Amino acid sequence: MSRHVLLVEDEPNITEAIRFLLMRDGWTVDAHSDGADAVDIIRAARPDLVILDVMLPGKSGMEILRDLREIDELRAMPVLMLTARGQSRDRDMAEKAGVSRFMTKPFSNAEVLTAVRDLHAQATQS
Amino acid sequence: MARDTLTGSRIRERRSIAGLRQADLARQVGISASYLNLIEHNRRRIGGKLLVDIAQVLGVEPSMLTEGAEAALIATLREAAAGAGAPSHEADRVDEFAGRFPAWAEVLAWAHRRVGSLERTVETLSDRLTHDPHLAASLHEVLSTAAAIHSTASILAETGELEAEWRDRFHKNLNQDSQRLAESSKALVTYLDESQEGGDDPRGVPQEEVEALFASRGHHFEELEGGGKDIEGLIAGAPGLTSAAARQVAEVTLGIYARDAQAMPLTEFRAALAQSGLDPVALAAQFQTDLPSVLRRIATLPEGIGGAEAGLVVCDASGSILYRKAIPGFALPRHGESCPLWPLFTALNRPLVPIRRRVSQLGRTAAEFDCMAVATPQFMPDFDHDPVYRAFMLILPASGTEESRQDVQPVGSSCRVCPRGTCGARREPSILSEGF
Repeated sequence: MSRHVLLVEDEPNITEAIRFLLMRDGWTVDAHSDGADAVDIIRAARPDLVILDVMLPGKSGMEILRDLREIDELRAMPVLMLTARGQSRDRDMAEKAGVSRFMTKPFSNAEVLTAVRDLHAQATQS
Repeated sequence: MARDTLTGSRIRERRSIAGLRQADLARQVGISASYLNLIEHNRRRIGGKLLVDIAQVLGVEPSMLTEGAEAALIATLREAAAGAGAPSHEADRVDEFAGRFPAWAEVLAWAHRRVGSLERTVETLSDRLTHDPHLAASLHEVLSTAAAIHSTASILAETGELEAEWRDRFHKNLNQDSQRLAESSKALVTYLDESQEGGDDPRGVPQEEVEALFASRGHHFEELEGGGKDIEGLIAGAPGLTSAAARQVAEVTLGIYARDAQAMPLTEFRAALAQSGLDPVALAAQFQTDLPSVLRRIATLPEGIGGAEAGLVVCDASGSILYRKAIPGFALPRHGESCPLWPLFTALNRPLVPIRRRVSQLGRTAAEFDCMAVATPQFMPDFDHDPVYRAFMLILPASGTEESRQDVQPVGSSCRVCPRGTCGARREPSILSEGF
C-alpha cells in the first residue's frame, strides 16, 4: 500500500523532524517550502496525504486548501493542517475550507503520527 | 440640587468629622439647635457672620463650606453614575454626596478614572493582538520555533538508538532553534514592554512614525506658522522618523500643514472663529480655501475649540486611515478596521456633501461628539479618469444638550472591541460579547 506524504512547511527544522518521524514509520516523505506553487506540486506528486502549514510564503495554507478542494481529483485528499494560530475562528475557517484535521503548534510527535495514520486509514477505507 | 445650596450638608459633614454634637455647635455660634438642624439639611440659606463663625468653630475656611467639591470631581462622579446605570434620583444627588463625603467621593472618582484607563489599555492591547501585524509575526515566530524544538527534542529523548548522522543533525537544529527562540522571545518581551511604557511606539511603520511626531508636538508646529517653511529642517530634527518612507510621508503631511497655515494665518483664523463661531463653510469662504483645509486647521489649533481638544481623522478611498488626531473618549483603532458607521465613511459615500452628525461611541462613558465630515477629490478631475476621494472628519466634544437622544447616532471603534449586539455593519464577532 502506498504511503506517500507531501509536507508543505517553510520551517526547515520542523520539516526535518516530521520527515524523520514519518520515514521511521515507513512513509515516503517529500517536502516543499513555498506556498506559491504548492498546488501544482501537490497535483503533480499526488501524495496520499498532505501536511500543510498555514503561514507560508507566496500563498497561505488556507488558500492552498481552498484551491485543492476545487480540483476534482484532489478534492478528497486528506490534508492535515498545522498552524501557530489556534483561534477558534481559524479552525472554523479551515473546516469550512475542507481541512481533514487541524493541529496547532507546538504539537507532539505522537499526535502528528497518529493523525497521519488515522487520516490515511480513513482515506483508504472509503 | 445646585452646589451652592449644599453648604448645610458640608457643615454637617465637617461637624461630624470634628466630633461635635449639633447642640454644641449651635451654642458656640449663638443659634438654636433646631435652626442649625434646618441649616444642615439645606433648608435655610446661610452666609455672612454666621457662616464665618461656624467655619471658625469647625476649623476650616468658610470657602470650604460654600464651594464644596471641584467641578471636575462632580463631573467624574456623574460619569461614574451614568456608566453604572445608577437610578436618576440617586445620580441627581451626586453633588450632595461629594459635599458630604469628599474623601469617599475622591476615592470613587479615582476608581472610575482607573477603570477607564485600564479599559483603554485592554482595548488597545486586544486591538493590537488582533490587528498588529508585527505582534502576530513575532508570536508566530516564537510558536514555530517552539514547535521545532519540541519536536526535535522529543525525537532525541524518545528514540532509543539514533544514527549518528541524524543525531548530529538534530543537535545542530536544536542549537539553532534555541538561539532563535531566545532572540525572538527577547524581541517579543521588549516589544510588549515598550508598548506598555510608551503606548505609542511607532515601530518603524512610516504612518505611525509621522503620527508620533505630530502627537509629540500636539499637532501644532510653531515653526511652520507665520510663513515658516523649513520642513526639511523639521524632519532632520525628528530622530523618530527612521526610514526614508516615513520622512517622505512626513514631508507631504507637513507640507499640507504649512499650506493650511499660510492660507489661514493663526491670528486671523482665531479672530474669524471668535467672530463667526464654528462654521467651517463660512470660514472656508472667508479664507478662500476648501472645507478639508478648514477642518484640518481647526483640529490643529493649539488651544482647541472652546477649551476642548478637537480630533481629526483622514482616510483615503479604501478607508485606510492616513492621519489621526485622537481626543479623549473617542477611540480610534490603531491599525485601521474602523467602524463603518463613522460619518467619515458616510462622507466617502457621498462625495462633496458636508456631513454633520452627533455620535456616541459605545463603551463605558458613551460620551457624545459632534462630527463634521466631507470627502473631496484627491486631485483635479480629468476626462477618462475616475476621481479618487479622500475623506476628512473633525471630531469635537458635543456642545450643549439641545439634541434629542434619537438624533445621536451610536457608533463603535472597531468590531472586535465593540459591545453593540445587533449591528448590520458588523464584520466579525466582538470579544466583549464573548465575555472577555
